[in-house]
Amino acid sequence: MRLKAQMAATDQAGSLVAEAPGPRPRSAWRTRLTKLDSKASPYLYISPFFLLFAGFGLFPLAYTAWISLHSVSLQNVDDRTWVGLDNYSRLIHDDQFWNAVLNTLTIGLISTVPQLLIALGLAHLLHCKLRGSTFFRVSMLMPYATSVAAATIVFAMLFGRDFGLINWFLGLFGVDNIDWENGKWSSQIAISTIVTWRWTGYNALIYLAAMQAIPKDLYEAAEVDGASRWQQLRHVTIPGIKPTIVFTVIISTIGATQLFGEPLLFGGAGGYRGGADHQYQTLGLLLYEQGWFNFQLGRAAATAWTMFLIIMLAVAVNALLAARGRSVFAVGRRRRPV
Amino acid sequence: MPSPRRLFRLLPSVLVLLATVALLLVGCGGDGEEAADASGGATTGGGSESAEPVTLSVGLFGTFGYEEAGLYDEYMELNPHVTIEETSIEFEQDYYQALQTHLAGGAGLSDIQGIEVARIAEVTQTQADKWVDLNEFGAEDLADTFFPWKWEAGRTADGATLGLGTDTGPQAICYRTDLFEQAGLPTDRDELSALWEDWDDFIESGKQYMANAPANSAFIDSASGLYNAIIGQSEMQYYDEEGEPIYDSNPVVKDAYDIAVEAIQANLTAKLEQFDQAWNQAFANGAFATIACPAWMIGYIKGQAGDAGAGKWDVASIPGDGGNWGGSYLAIPAASENHEEAYKLIQWLTAPEQQIKMWTNGQHFPSSSVAAADGSVAAATDDYFSGAPIGEIFKESADDLPIAHLGPKDGVVKDTISQALNRVDQQGEDPQASWDQAMEEIANAIE
Repeated sequence: MRLKAQMAATDQAGSLVAEAPGPRPRSAWRTRLTKLDSKASPYLYISPFFLLFAGFGLFPLAYTAWISLHSVSLQNVDDRTWVGLDNYSRLIHDDQFWNAVLNTLTIGLISTVPQLLIALGLAHLLHCKLRGSTFFRVSMLMPYATSVAAATIVFAMLFGRDFGLINWFLGLFGVDNIDWENGKWSSQIAISTIVTWRWTGYNALIYLAAMQAIPKDLYEAAEVDGASRWQQLRHVTIPGIKPTIVFTVIISTIGATQLFGEPLLFGGAGGYRGGADHQYQTLGLLLYEQGWFNFQLGRAAATAWTMFLIIMLAVAVNALLAARGRSVFAVGRRRRPV
Repeated sequence: MPSPRRLFRLLPSVLVLLATVALLLVGCGGDGEEAADASGGATTGGGSESAEPVTLSVGLFGTFGYEEAGLYDEYMELNPHVTIEETSIEFEQDYYQALQTHLAGGAGLSDIQGIEVARIAEVTQTQADKWVDLNEFGAEDLADTFFPWKWEAGRTADGATLGLGTDTGPQAICYRTDLFEQAGLPTDRDELSALWEDWDDFIESGKQYMANAPANSAFIDSASGLYNAIIGQSEMQYYDEEGEPIYDSNPVVKDAYDIAVEAIQANLTAKLEQFDQAWNQAFANGAFATIACPAWMIGYIKGQAGDAGAGKWDVASIPGDGGNWGGSYLAIPAASENHEEAYKLIQWLTAPEQQIKMWTNGQHFPSSSVAAADGSVAAATDDYFSGAPIGEIFKESADDLPIAHLGPKDGVVKDTISQALNRVDQQGEDPQASWDQAMEEIANAIE
């Protein structure tokens, strides 16, 4: 239809200009404009996003890197002293930094691995024909819809040492009051519980959507071959949703590296320290403490960039493992008769 | 002319376009109005705002108590053209870092901001340009109405006055008479005041208490509270007269730490962190029998322990010499648009008459020497605290106050050492290792 319109327009234009017999060739200018249009318009359409990204994403990224090379105080932001890579070397020699890296890693593992496994299990259960499946799906997503602050404050009270509900419940089985906040592993498990509670339903629904795209004949073929439900899960479902699993692992990794709201609010008054002994201080909290409680913005910027590099590293490793996994899977597929 | 069918298909896109344009107009138009208001406010800010209605925002932390004492309502009645809006943040650390962030950005500030005594040195020494010099409005005339040390701390080296003092925190010990009775300790406040001459006597009492303690009850609420009380009694704390940090070399600091550790090792503490949720709950639950009590803690105890605690508490003199913990200032950020009106409000709020009201209403001890000398202050008693003569007790403590040398990072040092004590108290860490870690962290934070 577009071609017709163009030809009609050309005809009209042609009739307005000098009269010439026969069909008139399209002018070179219009041709170039059309070619430019089809090549450039897509970029123009997506440019608003990229302009905003350049302004609010790229520029702050670059500016933070610039700030990280200076010594800047929050009280006097304009007064900057060049220190080069000194902030980074201080960071590398700071025990508190490595403590935060380790905490981020352990909290990340404790919160991500069980969460994704449970999500997988839940999705598998919901995949079968259940009565009231919509109810289950909606209720699974509700924790995701709560506010991080509200949920964490309530959980912090539940995990209270003397009057918390969880200690009361454990007390029914004769367990002494656990000081959740002050232990290293107890605090990290508590925080991981909050994260898991929030994200399991979300990931389960993503897996469920992916599972529903697996063709039913694969399951039928597996059943004919004599596969049990568990074997079906392992050999049909999981390989079938592999890309989705990779996606959720990457997103969870990024989220775990940036973990901030839960540990901050779990600690109450001194939350930004991550506990009296920094036992649950993540990298995000360390950044916040350096910049907004010690007022050293340069060092906070250095921490921020280090976090960015760690995330890049983690995503690269993830992608590498996923790619290798895929090739292994391909080999396996060729070998096994389907 | 495109066919009607084609037009119909274009309709949704046209509607979306119109909606977008409408939203943009509304959004941008709204901003334009706000900008006009703001600039209008700025032009009238410097001149005389005789009867122009003005809204003053007040940014505070903790429990200043002005709203509860009805002072805002009183001022608004006296000055009908003024409307006062208060925002209060519970934790002073959160408040201060929000304040610093707003100052760095130059926006989001209230017309009046509260500043705690642990932070005032930082403000006067490093940020004089961001705050209004109150001498412009004749604040020097008020100098004689305040305690000299309180007044001096609110001034810069150049003589500019940045803050007017609100209250101070002369110290005492608040204790539970019923728990003391159950443990077989004397409950009469004069007897206890005489018994507790110094901190060693206090610890001794504590050990006696723990020998016969009621179930689930400890002698004192926290080690860090004890530590802060002892530090507050000293002239040299974390900085010397020249403003050099001496937190690591000052024997007073290490001694206070050691006394707190002694209390921990004798199992005297309830292992709580002050101003934490669990600590708030502990007031009502009888989890501790004593607490280091600056004047403002009286109102706090009443609030947390509620009606059930009435008559069960009493106040005795603190071991050692008085001491001060807390107290604040009211200051006006330079970015405010209502300097004169804000000054009038803070002058009124910190005037001797109002400080007397804050004492009788909320037990905020005056920082005004004129107010403190008033008969009604010294004569105050409190039924909640078994009729204790709190006016006398706190006045005696205030008269004994050493003039502490304040430094810019007092707040950071105090918090870090408190956390070191929490590690020993709640996590069982070795006291020397915890102290060393605290020293490292402070060095890291302030240099």
